[in-house]
Amino acid sequence: MKLRWIANYGPAFVLTVTLLVLWELYVRSGQISATVLPTPTSIVLALANNWDVISVQTLQTLVETVLGLAAATLVGLLLAILLDVSPAMRRAVYPLLVTSQTIPIIALAPLVLIWFGYDLGPKVLVVALYCFFPIAVACADGLLGTDPDLERLMRSMRASRWQILQLVRLPGAMPAFFSGLRIAATYSMTGAIFAEYVGAYQGLGIYMENSANAHAVVLVFAAILVTAALSLLLFGLVSVIERIALPWYQGAQVRAFGDAGMRRMG
Amino acid sequence: MDAYKLCVEGVTRIYRDGERSLEVLQPIDLTVASGEFVTVIGPSGCGKSTLFNIIAGVDEPSSGSIAIDGDASSSRAGKTGYMLQQPLLLPWRTVEENIMLGLDVRRVPRKQAQQEAHELLKRFGLAEFAHHYPATLSGGMKQRVALLRTVLFNRTFLLLDEPFGALDALTRLSLQMWLLDLWQSFHASVLFITHDVREAILLSDRIYVLSARPARVLRVVDVELPRPRQPEFLALEQAVRLEQELVALLMKEQQL
Repeated sequence: MKLRWIANYGPAFVLTVTLLVLWELYVRSGQISATVLPTPTSIVLALANNWDVISVQTLQTLVETVLGLAAATLVGLLLAILLDVSPAMRRAVYPLLVTSQTIPIIALAPLVLIWFGYDLGPKVLVVALYCFFPIAVACADGLLGTDPDLERLMRSMRASRWQILQLVRLPGAMPAFFSGLRIAATYSMTGAIFAEYVGAYQGLGIYMENSANAHAVVLVFAAILVTAALSLLLFGLVSVIERIALPWYQGAQVRAFGDAGMRRMG
Repeated sequence: MDAYKLCVEGVTRIYRDGERSLEVLQPIDLTVASGEFVTVIGPSGCGKSTLFNIIAGVDEPSSGSIAIDGDASSSRAGKTGYMLQQPLLLPWRTVEENIMLGLDVRRVPRKQAQQEAHELLKRFGLAEFAHHYPATLSGGMKQRVALLRTVLFNRTFLLLDEPFGALDALTRLSLQMWLLDLWQSFHASVLFITHDVREAILLSDRIYVLSARPARVLRVVDVELPRPRQPEFLALEQAVRLEQELVALLMKEQQL
């Protein structure tokens, strides 16, 4: 098991460490001012020294993200089922759905702020708007991918439309749904930070903006570090949930272990 | 009349797509007596599966009538155990849960469904696979599971659409014998599709030979081999003669 871990994550680890060391050396050699580009060690140090402030901001952003992602999951699933109800519904709603994604979130965030204020609700709304699309599309595609023969089989058993959805189509769409959810989880945090950037009482977004305005570049980086770590954590969490929820689905394993896992299974 | 499990009279099917129309079934008459094993054989693409879809209640005929247990008026869906060429097992359900699918559709209580599935698996030698996922099973095993699912949904009337078409010869033979065992222990009526003449002779009481599309019944032959059937019977003189006769008939229908 240990060897597998090294084989799977080793290359990424080595590359990351190498890049960090190069970065550290470059800044330390005096090629660039440390106030413009802080060294990795100073970022970690700044994070530790300011943890009492940053942790509060992080919690706020995390709450917005998780609530927004949950709302996006719910809306995405319901939309996918709605699209699936009838071809007419699909033709009517789908173009609207795609168009909604062409509205830049950076333009939408201030509007949401004007309409709904500075509270938690509007932040959750921005995250949900940002995240529901991949979930809805992936899940709708998953539902469409049902084997027509399976539907024939179910109809020969006199299954109702609802039963076919519940027993065959929805469970079959779950791997696709999780792919969508994984994408959404990865950039849900970015959505929350966007929402905070345009105005908030607290959160990592507003913290980054204030730090940047104060030319405290090292603190901006510290906040970025937290954001990246939490985004990875969310991604990992979704993968773990997927593996628990879909024990039959081997594809999950292949992806989680990367290329080395694929070769071993093949 | 009520001795017939299935009575198909003058069934036709024409698909229309705008101006064009495609005649798939010419008037077809066909019966399956209670407890009888009847096979439909015909060149590929002749419309056998269309006929089965109609009997299973998944499709409707353009004209004609279909009576199951003498009832021609109510919906046929749910009255047959329909099995298609692909096993169509649900990958997220274990073998036991897959077999219970039809009972779930019927809203049979979970406990009872589980017990019925368990008994069936035990009786037909698959108990040790009850908690396996389909992905871990061989092709032949999947088809056995699919057959048990069909039987658990409806053990009186089975519609089997080329269930062994995709299997290798040895696996196929062992599944054929397994099916005969199953058929005899449930006194089921079976309507079976194949394009394998030997399979038809080995399994059936009666064989309907269909023409190329649009399908009509070319011939109906009785298979006068003793029961229970053994694979060796195919070497008997009457079986060989029947095989040659049917192959000759089908060759004439086979389009280039």
